[in-house]
Amino acid sequence: MLLEIDNITLLYGRIQALHGISMQVEQGEIVALIGANGAGKSTTMRAISGLRPIASGRIMFEGEDISNVRADLRVIRGISQSPEGRGVFPGMTVRENLDMGAYTRKDSAAIAQDLDRVMDLFPRLKERERQQGGTLSGGEQQMLAVGRALMSRPKLLLLDEPSMGLAPMLIQQIFTIITEINQQGTTVLVVEQNAQQALSRAHRAYVLETGNIVKSGTGPDLLHDPAVKAAYLGVA
Amino acid sequence: MNFDDLFRGFEELTITGLAQGSVYALVALGYTLVYGVLRLINFAHSEVFMFGTFAAVWIWGVMGFDADSSRPAVWLALLLILVAMVFAALVSGGVAMLVEVSAYRPLRKRNAPPLAFLITAIGASFVLLEFMALPFMSDRRQIGMPPMLPTAPIISVGGWEVNPLQLMTIVVALVMMFSLDWFVNKTKFGRGIRAVAQDANTAALMGVNKSRVILLVFLLGGLMAGVAAVLASMRTGYTRFNIGFFLGIKAFSAAVLGGIGNLRGALLGGLLLGLIENYGAALFGTEWKDAISFLVLVALLMFRPTGLLGESLGRARA
Repeated sequence: MLLEIDNITLLYGRIQALHGISMQVEQGEIVALIGANGAGKSTTMRAISGLRPIASGRIMFEGEDISNVRADLRVIRGISQSPEGRGVFPGMTVRENLDMGAYTRKDSAAIAQDLDRVMDLFPRLKERERQQGGTLSGGEQQMLAVGRALMSRPKLLLLDEPSMGLAPMLIQQIFTIITEINQQGTTVLVVEQNAQQALSRAHRAYVLETGNIVKSGTGPDLLHDPAVKAAYLGVA
Repeated sequence: MNFDDLFRGFEELTITGLAQGSVYALVALGYTLVYGVLRLINFAHSEVFMFGTFAAVWIWGVMGFDADSSRPAVWLALLLILVAMVFAALVSGGVAMLVEVSAYRPLRKRNAPPLAFLITAIGASFVLLEFMALPFMSDRRQIGMPPMLPTAPIISVGGWEVNPLQLMTIVVALVMMFSLDWFVNKTKFGRGIRAVAQDANTAALMGVNKSRVILLVFLLGGLMAGVAAVLASMRTGYTRFNIGFFLGIKAFSAAVLGGIGNLRGALLGGLLLGLIENYGAALFGTEWKDAISFLVLVALLMFRPTGLLGESLGRARA
Protein backbone atom coordinates (compact mmCIF):
# COMPACT_ATOMS: atom_id res chain seq x y z
CA MET A 1 0.00 0.00 0.00
CA LEU A 2 1.48 3.35 -1.01
CA LEU A 3 -0.87 5.61 0.94
CA GLU A 4 -3.17 4.62 3.74
CA ILE A 5 -5.37 7.14 5.46
CA ASP A 6 -6.81 5.86 8.68
CA ASN A 7 -9.79 7.59 10.23
CA ILE A 8 -8.45 11.15 10.08
CA THR A 9 -10.26 14.18 11.42
CA LEU A 10 -9.30 17.77 10.79
CA LEU A 11 -10.41 21.04 12.33
CA TYR A 12 -10.52 24.57 10.96
CA GLY A 13 -10.69 26.44 14.23
CA ARG A 14 -13.82 25.02 15.84
CA ILE A 15 -15.29 23.75 12.62
CA GLN A 16 -14.70 20.10 11.92
CA ALA A 17 -13.88 19.73 8.23
CA LEU A 18 -13.14 15.99 8.11
CA HIS A 19 -15.07 13.47 10.22
CA GLY A 20 -12.94 10.35 10.22
CA ILE A 21 -11.91 9.62 6.67
CA SER A 22 -10.26 6.38 5.65
CA MET A 23 -8.97 5.60 2.19
CA GLN A 24 -6.15 3.78 0.45
CA VAL A 25 -4.10 4.30 -2.67
CA GLU A 26 -2.22 1.36 -4.17
CA GLN A 27 1.02 1.66 -6.09
CA GLY A 28 0.31 2.39 -9.76
CA GLU A 29 -3.30 3.45 -9.38
CA ILE A 30 -5.23 6.52 -10.37
CA VAL A 31 -7.64 7.18 -7.51
CA ALA A 32 -10.25 9.91 -7.75
CA LEU A 33 -11.85 11.79 -4.91
CA ILE A 34 -15.10 13.39 -5.98
CA GLY A 35 -17.70 15.44 -4.18
CA ALA A 36 -19.53 18.74 -4.13
CA ASN A 37 -18.03 22.09 -3.23
CA GLY A 38 -17.09 22.18 0.45
CA ALA A 39 -17.27 18.41 0.88
CA GLY A 40 -13.69 18.37 2.15
CA LYS A 41 -11.80 17.24 -0.96
CA SER A 42 -9.13 19.92 -0.89
CA THR A 43 -8.90 19.65 2.88
CA THR A 44 -8.12 15.96 2.51
CA MET A 45 -5.40 16.83 0.02
CA ARG A 46 -3.93 19.40 2.39
CA ALA A 47 -3.89 16.80 5.16
CA ILE A 48 -2.00 14.37 2.92
CA SER A 49 0.55 16.91 1.73
CA GLY A 50 0.96 18.26 5.26
CA LEU A 51 -0.27 21.82 4.77
CA ARG A 52 -2.90 21.29 7.49
CA PRO A 53 -2.30 19.24 10.63
CA ILE A 54 -4.80 16.47 11.36
CA ALA A 55 -6.57 16.34 14.73
CA SER A 56 -6.72 12.55 15.00
CA GLY A 57 -6.18 9.39 13.00
CA ARG A 58 -3.05 8.76 10.98
CA ILE A 59 -1.58 8.95 7.53
CA MET A 60 0.73 6.15 6.44
CA PHE A 61 3.02 6.49 3.41
CA GLU A 62 5.03 3.46 2.28
CA GLY A 63 4.22 1.83 5.61
CA GLU A 64 5.46 4.73 7.74
CA ASP A 65 3.37 7.09 9.84
CA ILE A 66 3.87 10.56 8.36
CA SER A 67 1.07 12.29 10.30
CA ASN A 68 3.53 14.59 12.06
CA VAL A 69 6.04 15.05 9.26
CA ARG A 70 6.40 18.62 7.92
CA ALA A 71 5.07 19.35 4.43
CA ASP A 72 8.49 20.06 2.92
CA LEU A 73 9.84 16.76 4.25
CA ARG A 74 6.89 14.86 2.77
CA VAL A 75 8.04 16.13 -0.63
CA ILE A 76 11.40 14.47 -0.03
CA ARG A 77 9.58 11.23 0.83
CA GLY A 78 7.87 11.33 -2.54
CA ILE A 79 4.56 13.17 -2.20
CA SER A 80 4.02 16.03 -4.61
CA GLN A 81 0.96 18.22 -4.86
CA SER A 82 -0.42 20.49 -7.51
CA PRO A 83 -2.47 22.67 -5.20
CA GLU A 84 -5.97 24.04 -5.51
CA GLY A 85 -5.81 27.32 -7.42
CA ARG A 86 -2.60 26.07 -9.09
CA GLY A 87 -0.14 27.97 -6.89
CA VAL A 88 2.00 29.13 -9.79
CA PHE A 89 4.65 31.57 -8.53
CA PRO A 90 3.55 34.72 -10.36
CA GLY A 91 6.91 36.49 -10.26
CA MET A 92 8.94 33.56 -11.55
CA THR A 93 9.35 32.47 -15.14
CA VAL A 94 7.89 29.19 -16.33
CA ARG A 95 11.37 27.71 -16.20
CA GLU A 96 11.96 28.95 -12.65
CA ASN A 97 8.62 27.51 -11.57
CA LEU A 98 9.64 24.14 -12.99
CA ASP A 99 13.02 24.40 -11.28
CA MET A 100 11.16 24.99 -8.01
CA GLY A 101 9.51 21.62 -8.55
CA ALA A 102 12.95 20.00 -8.42
CA TYR A 103 14.02 22.03 -5.36
CA THR A 104 14.73 19.00 -3.18
CA ARG A 105 16.78 17.19 -5.82
CA LYS A 106 20.50 17.36 -6.51
CA ASP A 107 20.83 14.99 -9.48
CA SER A 108 21.13 17.66 -12.16
CA ALA A 109 21.40 15.23 -15.07
CA ALA A 110 18.16 13.51 -14.12
CA ILE A 111 16.50 16.87 -13.47
CA ALA A 112 17.38 17.96 -17.01
CA GLN A 113 15.83 14.74 -18.27
CA ASP A 114 12.64 15.33 -16.33
CA LEU A 115 12.52 18.90 -17.59
CA ASP A 116 12.57 17.57 -21.15
CA ARG A 117 9.88 15.08 -20.29
CA VAL A 118 7.61 17.79 -18.86
CA MET A 119 8.23 19.98 -21.90
CA ASP A 120 7.29 17.01 -24.08
CA LEU A 121 4.09 16.47 -22.14
CA PHE A 122 3.27 20.18 -22.29
CA PRO A 123 4.82 21.70 -25.43
CA ARG A 124 3.06 24.95 -24.54
CA LEU A 125 5.32 25.37 -21.53
CA LYS A 126 8.38 25.17 -23.75
CA GLU A 127 7.07 28.05 -25.86
CA ARG A 128 6.49 30.09 -22.72
CA GLU A 129 9.69 29.13 -20.92
CA ARG A 130 10.88 32.68 -20.25
CA GLN A 131 7.48 34.17 -19.51
CA GLN A 132 6.43 35.12 -15.96
CA GLY A 133 4.07 32.62 -14.35
CA GLY A 134 1.57 35.34 -13.51
CA THR A 135 1.09 36.25 -17.18
CA LEU A 136 0.03 32.75 -18.28
CA SER A 137 -3.57 31.87 -19.11
CA GLY A 138 -5.52 29.66 -16.71
CA GLY A 139 -4.94 26.57 -18.82
CA GLU A 140 -1.22 27.22 -19.12
CA GLN A 141 -0.96 27.77 -15.38
CA GLN A 142 -2.67 24.44 -14.82
CA MET A 143 -0.20 22.70 -17.10
CA LEU A 144 2.62 24.43 -15.29
CA ALA A 145 1.30 23.35 -11.89
CA VAL A 146 1.01 19.71 -13.00
CA GLY A 147 4.37 19.79 -14.76
CA ARG A 148 6.02 21.36 -11.75
CA ALA A 149 4.56 18.72 -9.43
CA LEU A 150 6.16 16.07 -11.66
CA MET A 151 9.59 17.68 -11.37
CA SER A 152 10.14 16.23 -7.90
CA ARG A 153 9.79 12.75 -9.43
CA PRO A 154 7.03 11.88 -6.98
CA LYS A 155 5.91 8.43 -5.98
CA LEU A 156 2.49 9.89 -5.32
CA LEU A 157 1.14 12.80 -7.34
CA LEU A 158 -1.70 14.75 -5.74
CA LEU A 159 -3.76 16.80 -8.17
CA ASP A 160 -6.29 19.22 -6.75
CA GLU A 161 -8.93 20.17 -9.34
CA PRO A 162 -6.73 19.96 -12.44
CA SER A 163 -9.72 20.83 -14.65
CA MET A 164 -10.80 23.93 -12.73
CA GLY A 165 -11.56 26.82 -15.04
CA LEU A 166 -10.48 25.01 -18.19
CA ALA A 167 -12.30 24.75 -21.53
CA PRO A 168 -13.75 21.28 -22.27
CA MET A 169 -11.07 20.59 -24.88
CA LEU A 170 -8.34 21.34 -22.39
CA ILE A 171 -10.00 19.20 -19.72
CA GLN A 172 -9.86 16.21 -22.07
CA GLN A 173 -6.25 16.98 -22.82
CA ILE A 174 -5.16 17.33 -19.21
CA PHE A 175 -6.81 14.04 -18.22
CA THR A 176 -5.18 12.29 -21.17
CA ILE A 177 -1.86 13.56 -19.85
CA ILE A 178 -2.72 12.38 -16.33
CA THR A 179 -3.36 8.91 -17.71
CA GLU A 180 -0.07 9.09 -19.58
CA ILE A 181 1.82 10.14 -16.45
CA ASN A 182 0.24 7.23 -14.61
CA GLN A 183 1.21 4.78 -17.31
CA GLN A 184 4.78 6.01 -17.01
CA GLY A 185 4.68 4.77 -13.41
CA THR A 186 3.43 7.56 -11.16
CA THR A 187 0.60 6.88 -8.75
CA VAL A 188 -2.05 9.59 -8.90
CA LEU A 189 -4.65 10.80 -6.43
CA VAL A 190 -6.90 13.33 -8.11
CA VAL A 191 -9.58 15.54 -6.60
CA GLU A 192 -12.21 16.63 -9.09
CA GLN A 193 -15.53 18.35 -9.46
CA ASN A 194 -15.68 17.10 -13.02
CA ALA A 195 -16.80 13.64 -11.89
CA GLN A 196 -17.43 12.39 -15.41
CA GLN A 197 -13.82 12.77 -16.49
CA ALA A 198 -12.36 11.70 -13.16
CA LEU A 199 -14.42 8.52 -12.88
CA SER A 200 -13.82 7.46 -16.45
CA ARG A 201 -10.06 7.79 -15.99
CA ALA A 202 -9.65 6.46 -12.44
CA HIS A 203 -9.12 2.89 -11.38
CA ARG A 204 -10.96 3.54 -8.15
CA ALA A 205 -12.79 6.44 -6.58
CA TYR A 206 -14.17 7.74 -3.32
CA VAL A 207 -17.19 10.00 -2.93
CA LEU A 208 -16.92 12.61 -0.22
CA GLU A 209 -19.87 14.38 1.40
CA THR A 210 -19.59 16.94 4.20
CA GLY A 211 -16.36 15.50 5.52
CA ASN A 212 -17.35 11.82 5.27
CA ILE A 213 -16.67 9.16 2.67
CA VAL A 214 -20.10 7.96 1.61
CA LYS A 215 -19.20 5.67 -1.24
CA SER A 216 -16.27 3.98 -2.88
CA GLY A 217 -15.70 1.63 -5.77
CA THR A 218 -14.08 1.25 -9.14
CA GLY A 219 -14.31 4.17 -11.54
CA PRO A 220 -16.73 2.44 -13.95
CA ASP A 221 -18.95 1.19 -11.10
CA LEU A 222 -19.41 4.66 -9.68
CA LEU A 223 -19.88 6.09 -13.14
CA HIS A 224 -22.96 3.90 -13.48
CA ASP A 225 -24.18 4.23 -9.92
CA PRO A 226 -27.62 5.87 -9.98
CA ALA A 227 -27.03 7.95 -6.84
CA VAL A 228 -23.67 9.22 -8.09
CA LYS A 229 -25.19 9.95 -11.49
CA ALA A 230 -27.95 11.99 -9.92
CA ALA A 231 -25.72 13.91 -7.55
CA TYR A 232 -22.51 14.49 -9.51
CA LEU A 233 -23.00 13.72 -13.17
CA GLY A 234 -26.00 15.93 -13.79
CA VAL A 235 -28.21 13.14 -15.12
CA ALA A 236 -31.36 11.80 -13.48
CA MET B 1 14.95 79.14 0.77
CA ASN B 2 18.58 79.42 -0.02
CA PHE B 3 19.23 78.45 -3.63
CA ASP B 4 22.71 79.92 -3.47
CA ASP B 5 23.87 77.31 -1.01
CA LEU B 6 22.29 74.56 -3.09
CA PHE B 7 23.99 75.67 -6.31
CA ARG B 8 27.34 76.50 -4.78
CA GLY B 9 27.53 73.26 -2.83
CA PHE B 10 25.78 71.10 -5.42
CA GLU B 11 28.70 68.76 -6.17
CA GLU B 12 29.58 68.24 -2.54
CA LEU B 13 25.95 67.78 -1.53
CA THR B 14 25.50 65.18 -4.25
CA ILE B 15 28.54 63.13 -3.25
CA THR B 16 27.71 63.33 0.46
CA GLY B 17 24.12 62.43 -0.31
CA LEU B 18 25.07 59.40 -2.38
CA ALA B 19 27.48 58.12 0.28
CA GLN B 20 24.93 58.63 3.05
CA GLY B 21 22.23 57.12 0.82
CA SER B 22 24.37 54.03 0.19
CA VAL B 23 24.38 53.35 3.92
CA TYR B 24 20.61 53.85 4.11
CA ALA B 25 20.19 51.48 1.18
CA LEU B 26 22.29 48.72 2.75
CA VAL B 27 20.32 48.90 5.97
CA ALA B 28 17.04 49.23 4.08
CA LEU B 29 17.69 45.85 2.47
CA GLY B 30 17.32 44.19 5.87
CA TYR B 31 13.88 45.70 6.38
CA THR B 32 12.78 44.90 2.88
CA LEU B 33 14.00 41.29 2.84
CA VAL B 34 12.25 40.42 6.08
CA TYR B 35 9.12 42.28 5.05
CA GLY B 36 9.06 40.54 1.68
CA VAL B 37 9.04 37.12 3.29
CA LEU B 38 7.19 37.67 6.58
CA ARG B 39 5.18 40.87 6.04
CA LEU B 40 6.82 42.05 9.24
CA ILE B 41 8.65 45.28 9.99
CA ASN B 42 11.62 44.07 11.99
CA PHE B 43 12.13 47.07 14.26
CA ALA B 44 15.05 45.30 15.90
CA HIS B 45 17.00 45.77 12.67
CA SER B 46 18.30 49.17 13.83
CA GLU B 47 19.95 47.35 16.75
CA VAL B 48 21.36 44.74 14.40
CA PHE B 49 23.11 47.69 12.78
CA MET B 50 24.17 49.10 16.15
CA PHE B 51 25.81 45.79 17.12
CA GLY B 52 27.80 45.99 13.89
CA THR B 53 29.29 49.34 14.89
CA PHE B 54 30.38 47.93 18.26
CA ALA B 55 31.78 44.84 16.57
CA ALA B 56 34.03 47.13 14.54
CA VAL B 57 35.20 48.97 17.66
CA TRP B 58 35.92 45.70 19.44
CA ILE B 59 37.83 44.02 16.67
CA TRP B 60 39.90 47.13 16.05
CA GLY B 61 40.51 47.38 19.80
CA VAL B 62 41.70 43.78 19.90
CA MET B 63 44.13 44.58 17.10
CA GLY B 64 45.42 47.57 19.06
CA PHE B 65 43.58 50.45 17.39
CA ASP B 66 41.39 52.87 19.29
CA ALA B 67 40.29 56.50 19.06
CA ASP B 68 43.70 57.71 20.23
CA SER B 69 45.70 55.73 17.69
CA SER B 70 47.35 57.56 14.86
CA ARG B 71 46.14 57.02 11.32
CA PRO B 72 47.58 53.73 9.94
CA ALA B 73 49.18 53.39 6.50
CA VAL B 74 46.66 53.06 3.70
CA TRP B 75 47.28 49.37 3.03
CA LEU B 76 46.93 48.60 6.72
CA ALA B 77 43.78 50.71 6.97
CA LEU B 78 42.22 48.80 4.07
CA LEU B 79 43.11 45.51 5.71
CA LEU B 80 41.71 46.65 9.07
CA ILE B 81 38.50 47.81 7.42
CA LEU B 82 38.11 44.52 5.59
CA VAL B 83 38.58 42.56 8.81
CA ALA B 84 36.10 44.83 10.60
CA MET B 85 33.53 44.44 7.82
CA VAL B 86 33.71 40.66 7.90
CA PHE B 87 33.54 40.58 11.68
CA ALA B 88 30.75 43.16 11.93
CA ALA B 89 28.78 41.38 9.22
CA LEU B 90 29.02 38.11 11.14
CA VAL B 91 28.06 39.74 14.45
CA SER B 92 25.11 41.59 12.90
CA GLY B 93 24.04 38.50 10.99
CA GLY B 94 24.24 36.49 14.20
CA VAL B 95 22.22 39.02 16.17
CA ALA B 96 19.58 39.14 13.42
CA MET B 97 19.27 35.34 13.45
CA LEU B 98 19.12 35.34 17.24
CA VAL B 99 16.18 37.75 17.14
CA GLU B 100 14.38 35.55 14.63
CA VAL B 101 14.94 32.34 16.57
CA SER B 102 14.23 33.68 20.04
CA ALA B 103 11.53 36.27 19.35
CA TYR B 104 9.67 35.67 16.08
CA ARG B 105 9.83 31.93 15.57
CA PRO B 106 8.02 31.08 18.82
CA LEU B 107 5.23 33.48 17.79
CA ARG B 108 4.87 31.83 14.39
CA LYS B 109 4.60 28.43 16.06
CA ARG B 110 1.63 29.76 18.03
CA ASN B 111 0.03 31.47 15.03
CA ALA B 112 0.21 34.83 16.77
CA PRO B 113 -1.62 37.78 15.17
CA PRO B 114 0.43 40.45 13.31
CA LEU B 115 0.18 42.93 16.19
CA ALA B 116 1.96 40.50 18.52
CA PHE B 117 4.85 40.43 16.05
CA LEU B 118 4.96 44.21 15.92
CA ILE B 119 5.08 44.58 19.70
CA THR B 120 7.68 41.84 19.90
CA ALA B 121 9.80 43.62 17.30
CA ILE B 122 9.77 46.80 19.35
CA GLY B 123 10.48 44.79 22.49
CA ALA B 124 13.40 42.97 20.89
CA SER B 125 14.80 46.32 19.81
CA PHE B 126 14.72 47.62 23.40
CA VAL B 127 16.27 44.46 24.79
CA LEU B 128 19.23 44.74 22.42
CA LEU B 129 19.55 48.47 23.00
CA GLU B 130 19.55 48.20 26.78
CA PHE B 131 21.85 45.21 26.70
CA MET B 132 24.48 47.28 24.93
CA ALA B 133 23.87 50.11 27.42
CA LEU B 134 24.67 47.88 30.41
CA PRO B 135 27.64 48.90 32.60
CA PHE B 136 29.82 46.00 31.49
CA MET B 137 29.01 46.65 27.82
CA SER B 138 29.21 50.30 26.73
CA ASP B 139 27.88 51.86 29.94
CA ARG B 140 25.93 54.35 27.81
CA ARG B 141 29.16 56.01 26.81
CA GLN B 142 30.05 57.28 23.39
CA ILE B 143 32.98 55.32 21.99
CA GLY B 144 35.29 56.88 19.44
CA MET B 145 36.41 55.09 16.30
CA PRO B 146 40.10 54.90 15.41
CA PRO B 147 41.01 57.02 12.38
CA MET B 148 41.34 54.86 9.29
CA LEU B 149 41.30 56.31 5.79
CA PRO B 150 43.00 59.58 4.81
CA THR B 151 40.55 62.44 4.42
CA ALA B 152 42.06 64.26 1.43
CA PRO B 153 40.05 63.86 -1.79
CA ILE B 154 41.06 60.90 -3.88
CA ILE B 155 39.11 62.01 -6.93
CA SER B 156 39.00 65.64 -7.93
CA VAL B 157 37.43 66.60 -11.25
CA GLY B 158 36.15 70.14 -11.62
CA GLY B 159 34.08 70.85 -8.53
CA TRP B 160 33.56 67.14 -7.89
CA GLU B 161 35.63 65.94 -4.97
CA VAL B 162 35.33 62.48 -3.51
CA ASN B 163 37.20 61.43 -0.40
CA PRO B 164 38.38 57.85 0.11
CA LEU B 165 35.66 56.96 2.61
CA GLN B 166 32.90 58.24 0.32
CA LEU B 167 34.34 56.32 -2.60
CA MET B 168 34.62 53.16 -0.51
CA THR B 169 31.11 53.57 0.88
CA ILE B 170 29.49 53.92 -2.52
CA VAL B 171 31.53 51.15 -4.15
CA VAL B 172 31.18 48.65 -1.32
CA ALA B 173 27.44 49.31 -1.00
CA LEU B 174 26.90 48.80 -4.72
CA VAL B 175 28.95 45.59 -4.76
CA MET B 176 27.04 44.24 -1.75
CA MET B 177 23.71 45.12 -3.30
CA PHE B 178 24.43 43.63 -6.67
CA SER B 179 25.71 40.46 -5.01
CA LEU B 180 22.52 40.20 -3.01
CA ASP B 181 20.42 40.85 -6.11
CA TRP B 182 22.30 38.11 -7.93
CA PHE B 183 21.94 35.73 -5.00
CA VAL B 184 18.19 36.24 -4.75
CA ASN B 185 17.52 36.09 -8.48
CA LYS B 186 20.00 33.55 -9.77
CA THR B 187 20.72 30.96 -7.11
CA LYS B 188 18.66 28.08 -5.83
CA PHE B 189 18.53 29.46 -2.28
CA GLY B 190 17.45 32.79 -3.70
CA ARG B 191 14.68 31.04 -5.60
CA GLY B 192 13.60 29.48 -2.32
CA ILE B 193 13.40 32.95 -0.75
CA ARG B 194 11.31 34.29 -3.61
CA ALA B 195 9.07 31.23 -3.48
CA VAL B 196 8.30 31.76 0.21
CA ALA B 197 7.77 35.48 -0.42
CA GLN B 198 5.29 34.81 -3.22
CA ASP B 199 3.38 31.87 -1.78
CA ALA B 200 4.61 30.23 1.41
CA ASN B 201 2.24 27.24 1.25
CA THR B 202 3.13 26.33 -2.30
CA ALA B 203 6.80 26.80 -1.45
CA ALA B 204 6.38 24.14 1.26
CA LEU B 205 4.81 21.85 -1.35
CA MET B 206 8.01 22.25 -3.39
CA GLY B 207 10.02 21.04 -0.41
CA VAL B 208 11.23 24.46 0.74
CA ASN B 209 11.93 24.58 4.46
CA LYS B 210 10.25 27.84 5.40
CA SER B 211 12.04 28.22 8.73
CA ARG B 212 15.40 27.87 7.05
CA VAL B 213 14.51 30.44 4.39
CA ILE B 214 13.38 32.89 7.05
CA LEU B 215 16.61 32.38 8.98
CA LEU B 216 18.58 32.93 5.78
CA VAL B 217 16.72 36.17 5.14
CA PHE B 218 17.56 37.48 8.60
CA LEU B 219 21.18 36.47 8.09
CA LEU B 220 21.39 38.28 4.73
CA GLY B 221 19.83 41.43 6.16
CA GLY B 222 22.25 41.27 9.10
CA LEU B 223 25.29 40.86 6.84
CA MET B 224 24.31 43.98 4.92
CA ALA B 225 23.69 45.94 8.12
CA GLY B 226 27.08 44.89 9.53
CA VAL B 227 28.95 46.19 6.51
CA ALA B 228 26.87 49.36 6.58
CA ALA B 229 27.73 49.76 10.25
CA VAL B 230 31.47 49.86 9.56
CA LEU B 231 31.05 52.36 6.74
CA ALA B 232 28.68 54.58 8.73
CA SER B 233 30.70 54.62 11.93
CA MET B 234 33.88 55.59 10.11
CA ARG B 235 31.98 58.66 8.96
CA THR B 236 30.43 59.60 12.30
CA GLY B 237 33.70 58.80 14.10
CA TYR B 238 32.01 57.25 17.11
CA THR B 239 29.31 54.85 18.14
CA ARG B 240 26.81 54.71 20.95
CA PHE B 241 24.21 52.19 22.15
CA ASN B 242 21.39 54.21 20.56
CA ILE B 243 23.14 55.03 17.30
CA GLY B 244 20.83 52.71 15.37
CA PHE B 245 17.64 54.49 16.29
CA PHE B 246 17.62 57.36 13.82
CA LEU B 247 19.45 55.50 11.12
CA GLY B 248 16.95 52.66 11.44
CA ILE B 249 14.05 55.02 10.87
CA LYS B 250 15.80 56.57 7.88
CA ALA B 251 16.60 53.21 6.35
CA PHE B 252 13.07 51.99 6.93
CA SER B 253 11.79 55.14 5.21
CA ALA B 254 14.16 54.48 2.32
CA ALA B 255 12.72 50.98 1.99
CA VAL B 256 9.17 52.35 1.95
CA LEU B 257 10.16 55.10 -0.47
CA GLY B 258 11.52 52.60 -2.98
CA GLY B 259 8.72 50.09 -2.38
CA ILE B 260 9.08 47.82 0.60
CA GLY B 261 9.73 44.20 -0.26
CA ASN B 262 11.59 45.27 -3.37
CA LEU B 263 15.39 44.92 -3.34
CA ARG B 264 16.11 47.41 -6.11
CA GLY B 265 13.60 49.71 -4.48
CA ALA B 266 15.75 49.74 -1.35
CA LEU B 267 18.73 50.90 -3.40
CA LEU B 268 16.76 53.59 -5.17
CA GLY B 269 15.00 54.72 -2.00
CA GLY B 270 18.25 54.87 -0.03
CA LEU B 271 20.12 56.93 -2.60
CA LEU B 272 17.18 59.27 -3.12
CA LEU B 273 16.72 59.81 0.58
CA GLY B 274 20.41 60.61 0.96
CA LEU B 275 20.23 63.18 -1.84
CA ILE B 276 16.95 64.75 -0.74
CA GLU B 277 18.28 65.15 2.78
CA ASN B 278 21.41 66.93 1.69
CA TYR B 279 19.78 69.15 -0.94
CA GLY B 280 17.01 69.92 1.53
CA ALA B 281 19.47 70.87 4.25
CA ALA B 282 21.16 73.31 1.88
CA LEU B 283 17.86 74.81 0.78
CA PHE B 284 16.13 75.21 4.10
CA GLY B 285 18.92 74.92 6.64
CA THR B 286 20.45 71.93 8.37
CA GLU B 287 17.87 71.91 11.14
CA TRP B 288 15.23 70.97 8.56
CA LYS B 289 17.24 68.05 7.19
CA ASP B 290 15.19 65.26 8.78
CA ALA B 291 11.85 67.02 8.45
CA ILE B 292 12.34 67.44 4.72
CA SER B 293 13.10 63.81 4.05
CA PHE B 294 9.98 62.71 5.87
CA LEU B 295 7.90 65.36 4.16
CA VAL B 296 9.03 64.00 0.81
CA LEU B 297 8.23 60.47 1.96
CA VAL B 298 4.72 61.39 3.04
CA ALA B 299 4.07 63.36 -0.13
CA LEU B 300 5.28 60.52 -2.32
CA LEU B 301 3.22 57.94 -0.51
CA MET B 302 0.10 60.01 -1.15
CA PHE B 303 0.60 59.57 -4.87
CA ARG B 304 2.29 56.17 -4.90
CA PRO B 305 1.25 54.23 -1.80
CA THR B 306 3.36 51.21 -2.80
CA GLY B 307 6.55 53.25 -3.19
CA LEU B 308 8.49 54.08 -6.32
CA LEU B 309 9.12 50.57 -7.60
CA GLY B 310 6.08 48.85 -6.09
CA GLU B 311 5.91 46.07 -3.60
CA SER B 312 6.90 42.48 -3.08
CA LEU B 313 10.17 40.63 -3.35
CA GLY B 314 8.56 38.17 -5.69
CA ARG B 315 6.18 40.07 -7.88
CA ALA B 316 8.52 42.70 -9.14
CA ARG B 317 11.16 40.01 -9.70
CA ALA B 318 13.60 41.38 -7.17
